[in-house]
Amino acid sequence: MIIELGHFALILALALALVQMTLPAWGARIGDARLMGVAEPAAVLQLALIALAFLSLMHAYVASDFSVETVWANSHTAKPLIYKVSGVWGNHEGSMLLWVLILALFGATVAVCGAHLPLTLRANALAVQAGIAVAFLLFIIFTSNPFQRIPAQPQGRGLNPILQDPALAFHPPFLYAGYVGLSMAFSFAIAALIEGRTDAAWARWVRPWTLAAWICLTLGIAMGSWWAYYELGWGGWWFWDPVENASFMPWLAATALLHSALVMEKREALKVWTILLAILAFSLALMGTFLVRSGILTSVHAFAVDPKRGIFILAIMGLLIGGALVLFAWRAPQLEQGGLFAPISREGALVLNNALLTTACATVLIGTLYPLALETVSGQKISVGPPYFNLTFGPIMVPLLLAMPFGPYLGWKRGDLYGAAQRLAAAAGAAAVVYAGTAALQWRGPWLAPFGMALGVFILAGALSEWLLRVRPLATPGGLRRARGLPRAAHGTALAHAGIGLTLLGIVASSAWQSERILAMKPGEHAQLAGYDLLFRAVASRRGPNYEEQFGQFSVARDGRELAELEPAKRLYDAPKVPTTEAAIHAAIGGDLYLVLGDALADGGYVVRIYFNPLVRLIWVGALAMAFGGALSLSDRRLRVGVPRRVRRVAAAAP
Amino acid sequence: MRLLGISVRAPRARRRAAALRGGICALAVLACILAHAPARAVQPDEILKDATLEARARHLSQELRCLVCQNQSIDDSNAPLARDLRVLLRERLTAGDNDGEVLAFLVARYGEFVLLRPPLSAHTAVLWLAPFLLLAAGCLLLFARARARLRRLREAQPAPLSPAERARLDRLLYEQPAGGAVPRDPA
Repeated sequence: MIIELGHFALILALALALVQMTLPAWGARIGDARLMGVAEPAAVLQLALIALAFLSLMHAYVASDFSVETVWANSHTAKPLIYKVSGVWGNHEGSMLLWVLILALFGATVAVCGAHLPLTLRANALAVQAGIAVAFLLFIIFTSNPFQRIPAQPQGRGLNPILQDPALAFHPPFLYAGYVGLSMAFSFAIAALIEGRTDAAWARWVRPWTLAAWICLTLGIAMGSWWAYYELGWGGWWFWDPVENASFMPWLAATALLHSALVMEKREALKVWTILLAILAFSLALMGTFLVRSGILTSVHAFAVDPKRGIFILAIMGLLIGGALVLFAWRAPQLEQGGLFAPISREGALVLNNALLTTACATVLIGTLYPLALETVSGQKISVGPPYFNLTFGPIMVPLLLAMPFGPYLGWKRGDLYGAAQRLAAAAGAAAVVYAGTAALQWRGPWLAPFGMALGVFILAGALSEWLLRVRPLATPGGLRRARGLPRAAHGTALAHAGIGLTLLGIVASSAWQSERILAMKPGEHAQLAGYDLLFRAVASRRGPNYEEQFGQFSVARDGRELAELEPAKRLYDAPKVPTTEAAIHAAIGGDLYLVLGDALADGGYVVRIYFNPLVRLIWVGALAMAFGGALSLSDRRLRVGVPRRVRRVAAAAP
Repeated sequence: MRLLGISVRAPRARRRAAALRGGICALAVLACILAHAPARAVQPDEILKDATLEARARHLSQELRCLVCQNQSIDDSNAPLARDLRVLLRERLTAGDNDGEVLAFLVARYGEFVLLRPPLSAHTAVLWLAPFLLLAAGCLLLFARARARLRRLREAQPAPLSPAERARLDRLLYEQPAGGAVPRDPA
């Protein structure tokens, strides 16, 4: 009964989205405020309906209602509650429902907090948002219905054990919040094109949405890679897999969009480009959904066998992206050009940022889709793997990273490159010291590694020195007060840029100097790696909530001092019967000692893999710093959604 | 009709079976995509005694695709085929092949699909050149735009004063008028 209610609510949401797509847009066209006013209640009601549908599906999962097909296929009574809940989006149908739920959430937020937006802009943006909702609701209801009933089954088939993990439970919601957040920038871009008008205020409305989406994407990607690191069992954290690329491309585009929207807000330049970028960023997010959901990645043939969904998504993409680009081609030339600036200026630096980020993004796109395209066209099968991306993406990123610390030092309109270089002297000095140090110390590893470390330190020190120069907490008496007086966006920028430096340091150090030992060990034996001494004590078994586990007991010591007990394990889940490897990690400042228990050997020994991953944690610390910097920037009062209205109301009430 | 051990009954059996199969397909696809199955990869018994040879083997294995996996190198994959390839690779290396010969041998056997770094050829030219051509095109475009912008910036500034104008300005600014007192700035 509850499931049918959810199904019904979803269909109602579709009907409502059709209303919200048409009436407000028509109202904006003929200037009828009442028609435009339909958008807000419709958006809020749509959120309520889709939330109802989502909750009813969640109820079916929590209550283990195996007469619902997706619940039967993806859940099990013995599963811990958190994975029953996360199971809702651990499959195709449920994840699409989560997609529209987040879409509706963003739409309702615009409706509730956007009272200070011009009426027509808000009506048009909400209409576009509803158009996206219509497409996806049709897709769900007609090709991927999560409410499909089947004859009741006694037990479910269980969730893929590899998904039963805290990081992966919350990875999809963050990723989707990122994808769908970009739909706001898209809707505002289309609304601006329909109106034929953009200004600094438009950029100020778009930036918080893009920033929020970017934060979610950053966290989502970081979570996915963290999960890969500890769950997949050999310490890899990025594979240039098409699924990863699908989320990385929107991130690159969103990063570019954040920066170009900044230029547009401050200087009214790059209008046309910013709008195009908003369209492209959401297109990439749509493509991310398409790549993962259509099955085209497994092979072109898998797509051809069950093409209904794929073709539907392809149609949605064609309609939305194609329509948006046609509108862009038609209306963009009518937009006024904005402020002028010299090539060496803050604007110039941000343009360079955009050029390099979009090229990097295009490279990832080409590398991801080329094998598919080639196979479709000529039938030739090739593989494009990590070596390709390292050789192409890497060289494009290096100039970007080199230029990054200079950007914040350059003035708007006309900058002083020599002055910026002077102020970066300290950072460059630190980088040189690190270069010399690592080059002298490295006992093995590629010659590029010291350069990478130096670059990371340059970015880190550059961000730090820029912040210090602005704040001067020690040099002036009121330094701390001054730090508080600085707009939060300035702190945010410094923190996010420093985060890039940290991530780079982690990437370079862990890939250049990872050390490993793969050996057969018997209980009682010792093994040494990177200064650690491991004693393999025994192997034992235990029972988890829905799995059987065999775990090794290891004592880790360094310089004769006992440091930790590690218990790497091999699990066998009850349903489905799938084995997983649980690595045990001892984290220290210098790096992670990463331990994996392999198969039992005939002579009573076990295969043991020991890795030392230097500084690897910096990768995720850096990502957290980026996300936190973004959040700081988002909390800046100039960007806070709805602030001008509140301030105005207070001012009006004051006398 | 029985499907995966669950009997699917009439009346809408066929449609339901199709739906189930669709669901299973989707699940399988999802599982394939997500299941970078727990890697166990290189086994101790595969490792060569000769450390330099082994290092070359590891390096090469990262460039070779496990043909039955989703985008995994044979270094990362625990599939039986990946193990066979690792062993084969080491056999060739021990037999004295250089890196190029080993790769050529594997390509002859398994096709170009086995290489994670596709060699530059007619059908991969776009793949390899596009990023750098795009970058070059972008830079050219930026350069052209920057020049145009510089020109506009220069035009937006008033033209420099001619000598006659400058002389007149100096006269107005610095020469004492007939009245004797220096004119005061009205502000």
